[in-house]
Amino acid sequence: MVSKPHGGKLVNRVADHETKEKIISEQKEYPRVRINHGIAIDLENIAHGLYSPLNGFLTQDEFESVLKTMRLRNDLPWTLPIVLDVQSPHFGEGDTILLHYESFPIARMHVEEIYPYKKTDLALKVFKTDDPAHPGVSRVYSMGDRLIGGSIELLNELPNPFAKYTLRPIETRVLFKEKRWKTIAAFQTRNVPHLGHEYVQKTALTFVDGILINPVLGKKKIGDYTDEAIIKSYEALFNNYYPKYTAVLTAIRYEMRYAGPREAVHHAIMRKNLGATHFIVGRDHAGVGNYYGPYEAWGIFDKFPDLGITPIFVKEVFYCRKCDGMANEKTCPHSDEFRTYLSGTKLRSMLINGESLNNLIRPEVLNAIKGLKNPFVD
Amino acid sequence: MKISIPKTLYEKIKARIEGTDFDSVSEYVTYVVREVLANLEEEKDITLTKEEEDKVKERLKALGYID
Repeated sequence: MVSKPHGGKLVNRVADHETKEKIISEQKEYPRVRINHGIAIDLENIAHGLYSPLNGFLTQDEFESVLKTMRLRNDLPWTLPIVLDVQSPHFGEGDTILLHYESFPIARMHVEEIYPYKKTDLALKVFKTDDPAHPGVSRVYSMGDRLIGGSIELLNELPNPFAKYTLRPIETRVLFKEKRWKTIAAFQTRNVPHLGHEYVQKTALTFVDGILINPVLGKKKIGDYTDEAIIKSYEALFNNYYPKYTAVLTAIRYEMRYAGPREAVHHAIMRKNLGATHFIVGRDHAGVGNYYGPYEAWGIFDKFPDLGITPIFVKEVFYCRKCDGMANEKTCPHSDEFRTYLSGTKLRSMLINGESLNNLIRPEVLNAIKGLKNPFVD
Repeated sequence: MKISIPKTLYEKIKARIEGTDFDSVSEYVTYVVREVLANLEEEKDITLTKEEEDKVKERLKALGYID
């Protein structure tokens, strides 16, 4: 049996055609609020149920509960505050507003509450630091001084160059049903695949019916791989090394927060809503710099016996010359002198410097990356 | 809010959590109850009508996910 949606019910907040037409024809009557790209993506994720059970942005009680207890007020695990910030709102509680990205109305929102919050408190609770050099903290400091909570209805989606790969929870659930998969391990990534990733994915696949490779597409930090590089390289891997009946490549559109442990749980919840029963948590999951311990994201899962998706913890993988293959601490008895560790940063630098990647990356994957004008975010 | 449990059970749990990450009997009981309740929760309302499911299948076929 695939995972139940988080909270028991898959949320659908996409306005039907008739409602959408009506709202758009009346759009001048609504106060208009400009939103950024990340908020527009959050709106899609709420509306399509990836953030189930949320049906909008958090109200004050829910926000404080998430910060303090990492749970919604109904006790359901929820670790990241999904919020909408505004500066000097020109509307009030009880109003209905339209959220615009550039010139497009993206969603209608029923404003339940407008409330103040402390940015430092938010940063310290979620990111465990108030250092503005942390990309998530920096984003918090750039937010408006009020949050607004309330339910939403999605009217339009942002253009999506990878629409083919962006399956919504209802679609992945039907897909798993069609494939007769009952146990599914989800693998989150924001990197191009090297042999270490493949080793982890196939190890997990050995014990479940199917593997869901689920890259995160969307705004990332400078130096990260572009969405195109991630998709093209995984296409090359899938076309050559994965059986179609046990592996699926789909993506989610989501803006990384780099909140380490808290975000690892959020990533698991999103995959639970897609129907996955297991979630692979690697080294420094959702981390950035040295803000979190290498395996800190593992420990947080102990606090959630009721998460409803099983984490699979995987130690750092390396290439061992003596074993002549990929291995990890648990499977390889040899010393460090025989091992090549494969961090994303190291692989990136090897790619940029044109160093040999033999035994570290599939040639088809390497060719796919080399075929791109620039595989990195500028 | 307080909930009563038998004293013998309390003592048993207290001994059980020594040397673990649980700071109190309350924390342990909360953990166990959450786990039990999560397993009992039932799925609600994600069944699609045949028409809706067919529509999703059509898209999955068009995208090459199913034959």
